[in-house]
Amino acid sequence: MKTIFYGLMAALMFTSSAATPTFAGSESVVVEDAWSRASVGVNRPGAAYMTIRNTGDETVTLTGLRTDLAMMPDIHQTSTNAEGVSSMAPAGEIEIAPGEAVSLEPGGLHAMLMHLQRPMTEGENFSVILDFSDGGEIAVEVPILGIAARGPEG
Amino acid sequence: MTGRTTLKCAYAGIAAIALTLAVGWWQVDGPGASEQTERQPFALTEMEFSLSDHEGDEVGPETLIGRPTMVFFGFTYCPDVCPTTLSDISGWLDDLGEDAEGMNVVFITVDPERDTVEAIAEYVGYFHPSIRGWTGTQEEIARAAQGFRARYERVPTDGGDYTMNHTASVFLFDIEGRFTTMIDYHEPREFAVPKIRRTLD
Repeated sequence: MKTIFYGLMAALMFTSSAATPTFAGSESVVVEDAWSRASVGVNRPGAAYMTIRNTGDETVTLTGLRTDLAMMPDIHQTSTNAEGVSSMAPAGEIEIAPGEAVSLEPGGLHAMLMHLQRPMTEGENFSVILDFSDGGEIAVEVPILGIAARGPEG
Repeated sequence: MTGRTTLKCAYAGIAAIALTLAVGWWQVDGPGASEQTERQPFALTEMEFSLSDHEGDEVGPETLIGRPTMVFFGFTYCPDVCPTTLSDISGWLDDLGEDAEGMNVVFITVDPERDTVEAIAEYVGYFHPSIRGWTGTQEEIARAAQGFRARYERVPTDGGDYTMNHTASVFLFDIEGRFTTMIDYHEPREFAVPKIRRTLD
């Protein structure tokens, strides 16, 4: 019964999102090279990386992200100062100009996945939904690579 | 121009040069030196601290003398910088192959509260087998960081957790424990690997 209920919910959610009017801005966003590293258990935060490309002709603004993998996902920025000290801070909203791309990559921006709900296991995938200021959203499947992965190729 | 004016000009010129030199000394070597210009690690032979490696053995700077050494600071609850540094180092070691055998490669945690011997042992197990994890008491970690002139700071995050800001450079020492050079965070492999090679020679 429970399964039927969830199935129905999923069907309803699918219908309602399909019925949402489309937007010119985030509709033209393409996400490439998504990847993440496997986690050690669930206590440590994870990170996901990807390239978000705006193929449209107006600026889009990434406002946040959601995933059932982590209770507190957020885009963070790592920076290293002149003394070699690295720190991390929430990146806030991210504007992507027409024809430009923003790379979430090691040592820069990353999707920080705080409070993991389950371990990130190598070989599995998880979904992330990117939210944009025009109300649009983009679903991204993120493959989980090995903990020592250095890029989308492993 | 009279002789006297020329002389005045010369004096003024000398004074200007002297002032420039004095200001330069003040900024570079003197009390006005900014932190970063004096921030070179001590030689390993001048350091004093006592930690535990990930197998539970007591270690210190003296453990590293006699082999070339690579040391970096981090913590295992670090989602971005530390796994990146660890996988960069694993890649450099793979590139160097046999040449890097016998090199000390040490990851010192700046978060001993969460990085117990067991936690750091599990974590380093995912990277190159040469990498050793060192942890210890807050006091001894602080003494180690002082020796390497590394900095770290605990920063609270939303939800009651905390993260650590820390020096992300990799320090290299020769076989006698003298500091040779450092590799900046995420420095490209074509610069990093030759630096390590020079330290190995």
